[in-house]
Amino acid sequence: MVEGKAYRGRLVLAHAVLVGFIALVAVPLFMVVSISFRKGNFAVGGILPTPETFSLEHWRMVLGLPVLQADGSWEAPSVSVLRWFWNSVKVSAVSAFLILALSSTCAYAFARMRFFGRDKILGGLLILQMFPMVLALIAIYSILEALGRWIPALGLDTHPGLILAYLGGIATHIWMIKGYFDSLPVSLEESAKIDGATPWQTFRLIMLPTSLPIFAIVFILAFIGLVGEYPLASVVLQRTDQWTLAVGANSFLYEQNYLWGDFAATAVLSGLPITALFLACQRLLVSGLTAGGVKE
Amino acid sequence: MIARTFNRIVWALVLGGAVFLAARMAWAGAPVLGALLLAAALFAAWVYTSARAHAPRYLLPGLATFAVFVLMPLLYTVYIAFTNFSGEHLLSQDRVRAWFAQDLYAPDDARYAFRLHPAAVPGQYQIVVPMGAGDLGRNLLISRPFTTNEAAAGQPVTLALNVVAPTAKPLGIRDVVAARPWLNRARFTPPGATTPLRLVSLRALGYRLPLWDEQDGRLVNALTGKVLVPDPERGNYVDKTTGEPVGPGWRVWIGTENFRLIFGDPAIRAPFLKIFGWNVCFALLSVATTFAIGVVLACLLQWKALRGRAIYRTLLILPYAIPAFIPILVFKGLFNEGYGEINHVLSALFGIAPHWFTDPWLARAMILIVNAWLGYPYMMIIASGMLQAVPDELYEATAIDGAGPWTNFAKVTLPQIFPPLFPLLIASFAFNFNNFSLIYLLTGGKPDIVGSATVAGTTDLLVSYTFRMAFKDSSARFGFASAVATLLFIVVALLAWQQLRWSRPAPAAKGGR
Repeated sequence: MVEGKAYRGRLVLAHAVLVGFIALVAVPLFMVVSISFRKGNFAVGGILPTPETFSLEHWRMVLGLPVLQADGSWEAPSVSVLRWFWNSVKVSAVSAFLILALSSTCAYAFARMRFFGRDKILGGLLILQMFPMVLALIAIYSILEALGRWIPALGLDTHPGLILAYLGGIATHIWMIKGYFDSLPVSLEESAKIDGATPWQTFRLIMLPTSLPIFAIVFILAFIGLVGEYPLASVVLQRTDQWTLAVGANSFLYEQNYLWGDFAATAVLSGLPITALFLACQRLLVSGLTAGGVKE
Repeated sequence: MIARTFNRIVWALVLGGAVFLAARMAWAGAPVLGALLLAAALFAAWVYTSARAHAPRYLLPGLATFAVFVLMPLLYTVYIAFTNFSGEHLLSQDRVRAWFAQDLYAPDDARYAFRLHPAAVPGQYQIVVPMGAGDLGRNLLISRPFTTNEAAAGQPVTLALNVVAPTAKPLGIRDVVAARPWLNRARFTPPGATTPLRLVSLRALGYRLPLWDEQDGRLVNALTGKVLVPDPERGNYVDKTTGEPVGPGWRVWIGTENFRLIFGDPAIRAPFLKIFGWNVCFALLSVATTFAIGVVLACLLQWKALRGRAIYRTLLILPYAIPAFIPILVFKGLFNEGYGEINHVLSALFGIAPHWFTDPWLARAMILIVNAWLGYPYMMIIASGMLQAVPDELYEATAIDGAGPWTNFAKVTLPQIFPPLFPLLIASFAFNFNNFSLIYLLTGGKPDIVGSATVAGTTDLLVSYTFRMAFKDSSARFGFASAVATLLFIVVALLAWQQLRWSRPAPAAKGGR
């Protein structure tokens, strides 16, 4: 090549920029792991914990094991972070599954059926979804309160109630799945129709199996989005043993009661599995994002 | 055929359940709710048993939940934007009237000292009320023996004049105090009286009468004669002479009053405009920084000669893979002025400790830094996707002209990827415009604006501003917060609508962080 030397120089520069940037980005992640192994909740130490400051107390607390109290006794924490983790996983997984069921059936109708006002409804869904959930909290709170009066299992401070409120967020998912359905050829469905298949059979036996990749994307994006949801969960869930991780983790950082170390261990514990899930499905998700680009 | 019969049986059962629940609602005083439930169940049954309704079968579950948890809350929020709903106007008018009705007083001229005796049967008690001074032992009102359960349940215990007195000694004051929980709820009916006597102090029985007497809608104070008239425009009972509101208010329709406050009251308008301005700047700057970083990284990763691109990509996506609340809270700790690691390093290196949370400009800078960290991977991912669609021939053509990387980027790459990315940038703008979690978890909107009539912070976005006003302020101004929310929704809905028009046939997005 004519520009051999300059080219190589640029290559080295590109590596340097990327490594430097990644190092900068990784600092907070690295810090939080380090802090979770550091003694005490306020102690300012070096970047790495030294043998004197190293401690597993935060990890013991997070895993629900007895912790040395200020008065010298050993006592297990009243609410285990594992419990919050389980709550988060349960609520998010069930919601994501139901969101998938609701949005895929809707998307099928929008993609394959002709009916009055189809495009208007589709556009309207997206615009209405722009209304931030946060501002509708008063109304959602009253709806759940009223619901709980008649069906206590779906009321305030219950997980089914929170799941129900999460199910409203389906518009973007409908759009994503509909986009995928649109890209599938109609020929297969038409031949099934000629063979006498009902629309439901076509949907179940042809559309569902061929659309598994997009379903996986929608499920994972909905799941990850809901694990990080804070405002609605913080208003609906009141008892500490019902909390999700997002609500629980924030409670460690109240100004009056600032538990930095406990928070760090909670963050690592809860962040790891979800990050691993995301990275494992990275290729799938990136393809979904470049096609439609959705993450809440 | 069997499936069809089965389907019908299932729907008959569902309808039966709906009828049962609707009947319970109607019985409990909510007939409208019951009727609505029944209508919804009937409609659903029709959709799923009729041979004609194909599309609704697929749409109903999704659209129904959407209607209940997105559309209804939205309409309700817009509705309360036109009311005075707040911490001081929380109840309905009936409940306010009930609140006044609960206000009781004990007339001083009707107090009767009493004695509590154990009755002949163990566990039972009798009350003795001496009538008239000095007549002790002669004119005595004596109750029938009663159990503590009877008293606690408020069952009326009759008193009779000069019947057989209990033989046991009266209980001392200490035992009366101990008996107070059930004695408080006991009701004693003297002969010929309709209003029962009850405990008014530890030693005396008396009457408790409603303090406020309702006379054709007005409330008249039985003690002072003060007259309260309902003011349907303010949603308060007001003193007839002074016009001062008294007691809790109720919810009334106040028209565009809340909107007029936003634009009319200087103590509200100034912070509102300040927050609005910062909100727009924040969303624009967030999109600009994340876009700039994301596109540069995407271009670097696009370079085929670069080794280890897969590893770089995975590491660069990392901030996007972690649930956002975790890094936001981690940054909150790292930036902490007193014991945060960032200031620790800064003071060791340069001897400075910036006030990230108390100086408005530094707080805003911190928010933008954190949001750039959170948001660049999304831009990188979508820019990568767009870069793949840029035809190689374009670069070959510029290579013949001897163009360097910068010319390539400015003249080929950017013009090629910007138009298709534009709708996604709008979506990212709309998302950041309402980025509640970031602000609420990082700064909580603080530091607060000095001299504002409502809670308002220098780093507040409109969405966190309304949230704090409604849920974190003692006056809980739901109506006013809803008015701000309604304005906010109009802004974002217009953006979404524009985006929909630009990005037709491709599916639109809400993405970004």
